[in-house]
Amino acid sequence: MLRQELRLSGSGGQGLILAGIILAEAALYDGKNVVQSQSYGPEARGGASKSEVIISQAPINYPKVNKCDILLSLTQKACDKYISSLKSGGILILDSSVTKLPDRDDIKIYSIPILKTASNGLKKSMVANIVALGSIYELTKIVNRVSLERAVLNRVPRGTEELNKKALKKGFELIKNYRSKPYGEVC
Amino acid sequence: MTEKIIRLMQGNEACVEGAIAAGMRFYAGYPITPSTEIAELSAAKLPRIGGKFIQMEDEIASISAIIGASLTGYKAMTATSGPGFSLKQEGIGYAAISETPCVIVNVQRGGPSTGLPTFPAQGDIMQARWGTHGDHSIIALYPSTVREIYDTTIKAFNLAEKYRTPVILLMDEVIAHMREKIEIPNIDEVEIYNRKKPKSSPSEYLPFHVREGDIVPEMVNFGEGYRFHVTGLVHSETGFPTNDHKIAENLITRLINKIQDNVEDIVEYEEYRLEDAEKVIIAYGATARSVKSAIDSLREEGCKIGMFRPITIWPVAQKQIEEMARKVKKVSVIEMNMGQYFLEIDRIAGKYTTVNQYGRVHGELITPEEIISFIKEG
Repeated sequence: MLRQELRLSGSGGQGLILAGIILAEAALYDGKNVVQSQSYGPEARGGASKSEVIISQAPINYPKVNKCDILLSLTQKACDKYISSLKSGGILILDSSVTKLPDRDDIKIYSIPILKTASNGLKKSMVANIVALGSIYELTKIVNRVSLERAVLNRVPRGTEELNKKALKKGFELIKNYRSKPYGEVC
Repeated sequence: MTEKIIRLMQGNEACVEGAIAAGMRFYAGYPITPSTEIAELSAAKLPRIGGKFIQMEDEIASISAIIGASLTGYKAMTATSGPGFSLKQEGIGYAAISETPCVIVNVQRGGPSTGLPTFPAQGDIMQARWGTHGDHSIIALYPSTVREIYDTTIKAFNLAEKYRTPVILLMDEVIAHMREKIEIPNIDEVEIYNRKKPKSSPSEYLPFHVREGDIVPEMVNFGEGYRFHVTGLVHSETGFPTNDHKIAENLITRLINKIQDNVEDIVEYEEYRLEDAEKVIIAYGATARSVKSAIDSLREEGCKIGMFRPITIWPVAQKQIEEMARKVKKVSVIEMNMGQYFLEIDRIAGKYTTVNQYGRVHGELITPEEIISFIKEG
């Protein structure tokens, strides 16, 4: 695809800006053009947060995301706020804590336990962003896996490499397991 | 052969990298959104390369500090935003009359006053030109991509040194805060202008005398044995104040002419799909990126439209804009303000063609869709 636009949304402190930077850096390693930006509100931790990434073969002029192809929402509030910005035919990745699903039949919805996998499975809620990146990759293959792993390791604090590799793998598995389930996509 | 460095970089970061490549070794500032990363990164990087970073008590102190540093031979910069830029105006005038090279970055935000601290605006176009009191000329540059921030920061330092003048780098929040692919040029390939060493001996040195064939007076560094008096008052070639009307007029005229007579050397601009254009959009900074997207769409529909993008916003590229205006049916200025550069473009192009303006002040980058509707409506 010529130009793909992603919006990663949730609350401040969930590491979504870093996730956007990592994804952008992975696309850069792939030799693509890329722009990453974020909203700067007065809020810090706990407030609404979003990070946007544009990946394109062609040079990127207009650098903002209006209608996105892929939307990640880790909170109900973020989902409610940005759902209308997802293009028809787009992909919505929701954390399973989001219980009120959007009333749209023109998108694909994947509801997966990203936050719980980080806090219970990996015992570190702060790697939820990396789990999410793993799931985005597995679902969209928007970047190369090698590039993604390199970008993750390049940006995470020293000493947390193994944890983050694990988080990425868990993210892949969430989608793999999801697909193997008989009820498949919520759609 | 060193390998090309390709990185994902934020606009504010590219500004610091460009400044350091240009030779900046002194930064004084008072951090303010959306320019804060420039102070933050300067603080992290300068001490490691023998430079100095000072966080000052306010913006006036910051610009005063860089003027002082520059007079001792340092290449110096400060960065600010919104209300901070208003406070810098006092020092910009002092740097202009004392002919002290320095770079002032203004990452614009919504105003007036504290306005919209985290959102973009292009409302300081005229303030960059006329913000400080008194008749003067100024150089202001306006980049549109992260890579161009790197390049124009270097250019800002080069022009400041060459013309002994404060240079303003106007930036948009959109590009200052976004990350983009940037290929950093090999430092050997970057053109750097350094201050010339004085030819005069300390005993014959006249600090504000322009030698035959030179653009500006010889600049010496404080503390190297030369007698050098600096004042914001009108001064003679000796550097000491005077009330002589003729000297006053000569000085102010010279300060203006050293820039106005060299416009061709200073102006830089981009022409986008202008070849057969009947309509032209003039835009700068981040807005020009939306305009490019809009033009590509409009061209697909057969509309003969292009863009003239000033990179040097002051002095204005009068000759080029005139030539372009003679050939086209309409010029539209699109900017994130209610009509500032429009005034200048209308003054120049209005004699030859119709000029109109589309402006927004809602704190969001103008979208390509808005531009397309505006152009189609007429």
